[in-house]
Amino acid sequence: MIITRPRDWGRIKANLADVDAKSVFIMGCGQCATVASTGGEKEVLQAKTALEQAGYAVSGWAVGEVTCHSGGTKLETRKHFGDLEAADAVLVLSCGAGVQTVADSVKKPVFPGLESVFLGNVVRHGVFEERCQMCGDCVLDKTAGICPVTTCPKGLLNGPCGGMWNGKCEVLRDRDCTHVRIQRRLIEQGRGGTKVLPAKDYSKKLKPGSVNLRESKKGGAK
Amino acid sequence: MSRLSDALERGEFVVTGEIAPPLGTDLAAMRHSIETIGPYCHAINITDNQGASLHLSSLAASRAALEMGFEPIFQQTCRDRNRLALQSDLLAAWTLGLENVLIVTGDDPRSGDHPEAKGVFDLDSTQLLEVAAQMNAGTDMIGRPLKGGTDFYLGAAMFPEAEPWDIQLLRAARKVEAGARFFQTQAIFDITKLERAVDALRPMGAKIIAGVLVLRSARAVDFINERLAGLMVPEEIGARIKSADNAAAEAIKLATEQVRAAREVADGVHIMTLGLDDAVPEILAGAGLS
Ligand code: SF4
Ligand code: SF4
Repeated sequence: MIITRPRDWGRIKANLADVDAKSVFIMGCGQCATVASTGGEKEVLQAKTALEQAGYAVSGWAVGEVTCHSGGTKLETRKHFGDLEAADAVLVLSCGAGVQTVADSVKKPVFPGLESVFLGNVVRHGVFEERCQMCGDCVLDKTAGICPVTTCPKGLLNGPCGGMWNGKCEVLRDRDCTHVRIQRRLIEQGRGGTKVLPAKDYSKKLKPGSVNLRESKKGGAK
Repeated sequence: MSRLSDALERGEFVVTGEIAPPLGTDLAAMRHSIETIGPYCHAINITDNQGASLHLSSLAASRAALEMGFEPIFQQTCRDRNRLALQSDLLAAWTLGLENVLIVTGDDPRSGDHPEAKGVFDLDSTQLLEVAAQMNAGTDMIGRPLKGGTDFYLGAAMFPEAEPWDIQLLRAARKVEAGARFFQTQAIFDITKLERAVDALRPMGAKIIAGVLVLRSARAVDFINERLAGLMVPEEIGARIKSADNAAAEAIKLATEQVRAAREVADGVHIMTLGLDDAVPEILAGAGLS
């Protein structure tokens, strides 16, 4: 899921001041931002209180089912047409993808209420860790299911680097070195001594990514 | 052929030193350091934005050392440049007359003076060694022929004291396969660990230059333990420096013992003075090396 965290409140207020907003509509997200406890109903209501205490009127609010979904978000904004009309600006408590979907669906200025930080594994309830950066050229087949691109702070494909000490990472010293973990697991599985991984193909991850299952009937993702 | 490679391949025990280029354009202090240690060294490492902190480029500083009549080891880290920049700097290095290259990963930007910088690491050090070896064979990394290739003497870094050793060794062996002909190690405190590295890597054809650190003060010990990535001064050695009446003198004595011990085991020593450049002749003489 997409992990978000609250955006600096000072920046949000500055954004609203930029357009001289007096009245705000708040949109949350029923998916990731709800699980991340950043943009569910509870957080939307907290934002409402905070805005009201800061002297803004809140013209209405909604928690879109999946805010990054264009069709769903269009429907949701249509449902709240009146409240949106009454607002000077819209604050969206979702990832950046959701913010853009809302911005495409309404005519008012739309501002991000969260920072989008990573694609996260849910380690425990409320504990998220980044394990994949969606590089488009997965090496997990060679690295015993441990991603060096993401979990080695330097993103080295071959390691450990010279700073590894007693199995620990030089950058994040309380964490095990990714490359020690990879080699350990490969050896345990009798797959030790893998060859040098070649330089990564960054053209596999050129921005902006796009997949169209309707167009490419033959192969799926490009 | 570089003087360093010639000496190492002939089996001569070599001495290398290390200089960080300045933050700025005034080369006077760097030149002074080079003049101080240069006459005692087969070659001098010129670091590349050492400690992930801004310095004048290793390329320019290496050339300056060469013009002064000393042989540089051009250091290249993977942190600050992508594969295009790395390759073009390697080509530049060759045209500037730099024959020795030490290829290292580089510290993470968040440990340096520009913590907001993007760490590039487009290639890692093993991959960059492969690229440099390809250039020696006359092509760039995608196999296109070069109009004029290179003939670098390629080195890599290793840490004989870091555990787990089996994984360290695997990594070092990969670097030899990738093209490393010599290793410069991080600081050695335990000679038996240096021995195990030499025993394992020499048969693969690599030369091992043992790192010796002049632990000039109690502060230096603490700095290394707290700040330098992957370097830990053993307690008894730290205590020896800290309890000495004259820490610098004790550091020179310790370094002298280490150089003498390394002579029995390794192919050379790499002396990191931490600024105590004047100590180099005394250390080498004390270890019977001059
Ligand atoms: S290599 Fe890592 S970042 Fe790339 S797709 Fe696989 S898990 Fe994700
Ligand atoms: S110690 Fe290991 S995980 Fe940490 S930066 Fe170096 S190679 Fe990556």
